[in-house]
Amino acid sequence: MTPGPLLEVQDLAKRFEVGGSWLGRHRRVIRAVDGISFSLEAGETLGLVGESGCGKSTTGRLILRLIEPSAGRIRLEGRDLLGLPARELWAARRRMQIVFQDPYGSLNPRMRVGQIIAEPLAIYHDADAPARRRRVSELLELVGLDPAFALRYPHELSGGQRQRIGIAAALALDPALIVADEPVSALDVSVQAQVLNLLMDLRRRLGLTYLFISHDLHVVLHMSDRVAVMYLGEIVELGPRDAIHHAPRHPYTRVLLSAVPVADRTLRRERIVPAGEVASPLALPSGCRFHPRCPFVIDRCRVEAPALREVGAGHRAACHLI
Amino acid sequence: MPPLLQVEDLVTEFRTATGPLRAVDRVSFTVDRGEVLGLVGESGCGKSVTSLSIMRLVPPPGRITAGRILLDGEDLLVKDAEAMRQVRGARIGMVFQEPMTSLNPVFSIGDQIASAALAHSGGGRAAAWERAVEMLHQVQVPAPRERVRDYPHQLSGGLRQRAMLALALISGPRLLIADEPTTALDVTIQAQILDLLRRLQAERGMAVLMITHDLGVVAELCHRVAVIYAGRIVELAPVERIFARPLHPYTRGLLRCLPHPRRFGQPLHSIEGAPPDSRRPSAGCRFAPRCPHAIESCRRDEPALEAREPGHLVACPVTT
Repeated sequence: MTPGPLLEVQDLAKRFEVGGSWLGRHRRVIRAVDGISFSLEAGETLGLVGESGCGKSTTGRLILRLIEPSAGRIRLEGRDLLGLPARELWAARRRMQIVFQDPYGSLNPRMRVGQIIAEPLAIYHDADAPARRRRVSELLELVGLDPAFALRYPHELSGGQRQRIGIAAALALDPALIVADEPVSALDVSVQAQVLNLLMDLRRRLGLTYLFISHDLHVVLHMSDRVAVMYLGEIVELGPRDAIHHAPRHPYTRVLLSAVPVADRTLRRERIVPAGEVASPLALPSGCRFHPRCPFVIDRCRVEAPALREVGAGHRAACHLI
Repeated sequence: MPPLLQVEDLVTEFRTATGPLRAVDRVSFTVDRGEVLGLVGESGCGKSVTSLSIMRLVPPPGRITAGRILLDGEDLLVKDAEAMRQVRGARIGMVFQEPMTSLNPVFSIGDQIASAALAHSGGGRAAAWERAVEMLHQVQVPAPRERVRDYPHQLSGGLRQRAMLALALISGPRLLIADEPTTALDVTIQAQILDLLRRLQAERGMAVLMITHDLGVVAELCHRVAVIYAGRIVELAPVERIFARPLHPYTRGLLRCLPHPRRFGQPLHSIEGAPPDSRRPSAGCRFAPRCPHAIESCRRDEPALEAREPGHLVACPVTT
């Protein structure tokens, strides 16, 4: 094992160009992810939370190089993923896997569960056919399903069972890092609890490291050791779970915390309602990107973008008011 | 005076290749004037079909096969299609998760709201247009005089939801049926819409039937809650009671499944197994196969929904 963090992300950015004629006139740029940095220690879970369009899912895909970053550096186990030639990237990929939100869309309906789980093993030429079958049984048991499920098709399974299959396939190659992109958002709450418990259990048993992406702040707080809050392509606050939960510093984090409807009335916070809606990523606000909605805005926020700076132990936030 | 809405032993079935599927099975509840009643349950429990049944909008092959639905004492199930259309236009407003269910993409939102205003209370076109602008103002659409000319696709998700709400409320209905109205929205926009709904409900003294899977939304908005499992109401109680002293094992399970701020990181309670197949109803309580408290009689006799305390009904003879 190399010393240092398992994953290191530095100034990662992704710009998409949209519209415009073929001569390039009127072309506009969406800064989906705009220079974010963080690291992940082995065995740790970092939660990535934010609303639609904040760039959290794009971040997950950039790290796996499912889409190509426009700028920045990504190091996994000390290796620079962006500098790797195709062949070595292919080898590095087995160390990181993704679990998708939609257990209906992400499993091939024409393949049996056993084939789906064995496919990564086949691609990487791991083991012969009988060994692969044994590994499939082992993985199914690991995610709490009977090995007999190997013969079924995805359409025969419930949403929760499908998500377990997605997790089993992601674990087939013994990855170090799992990017879990809204893994329970499509599930009913009773099933959501089963899958969250499974993910926590697997993390403990296999020593996995998670980048856990969700729009649901309570789910993220539940799952994560540290939490990064994103807004319009930037990380606005990053800190230990308890600090984010009990002592959030960025107004947007406080807004998010107060907006979650809570069943337990004794835990209700005073609601801080933000003005308006998220700005279009095509027309980013000047200064701090949250300023048009921020209830605490001052003049400086309109002109100067705040830097992410230390506000406590391992706790950073980007706000002029701190 | 009878309650505003009274649903009695409603049964709605879908014909399928493998026999009738009972989506709603002998469901009864009332909604009083000015009251917000939540219907809460997981996917496929029958909460949306219940609301569609009340509006008589159950899509084929679904069919209401038994029961009565009384609005102000009038049975909606005996009305002809035209009379029902009038009820939906004027007396029951509807909002859905997906605004494009009720907004027409080829007309501006002003055209749609104004024509509803015109159909409902007459007057000239200019006056109707003014009422549309005023209604958009009431649902807090910024710059309503400009936005009123927009087509639905030009609006953001949150604004579209507000436009749909304006369309539903323009005729001044006494009952609003809201089917997962904030489920597709981001959490900050959801908070805005919930605040708006609460305010409009109080100002207009309007009753709301709120269909949701989210217990947090229930806690924010509802006065009473009916918990539905596999087509049956299993518990019905004032909202404080449901959260402080839930009695049905399913309700208790649902509440404990959610990540709780005092127990972040600890294993969650989960309800093992999955809901039953409504095409093959088993004897006894439908929750029994998943219930930690089930005793032998649960698998044999279907429990009745009975009052345990005044106003708190439970369909479970075991828990106390």
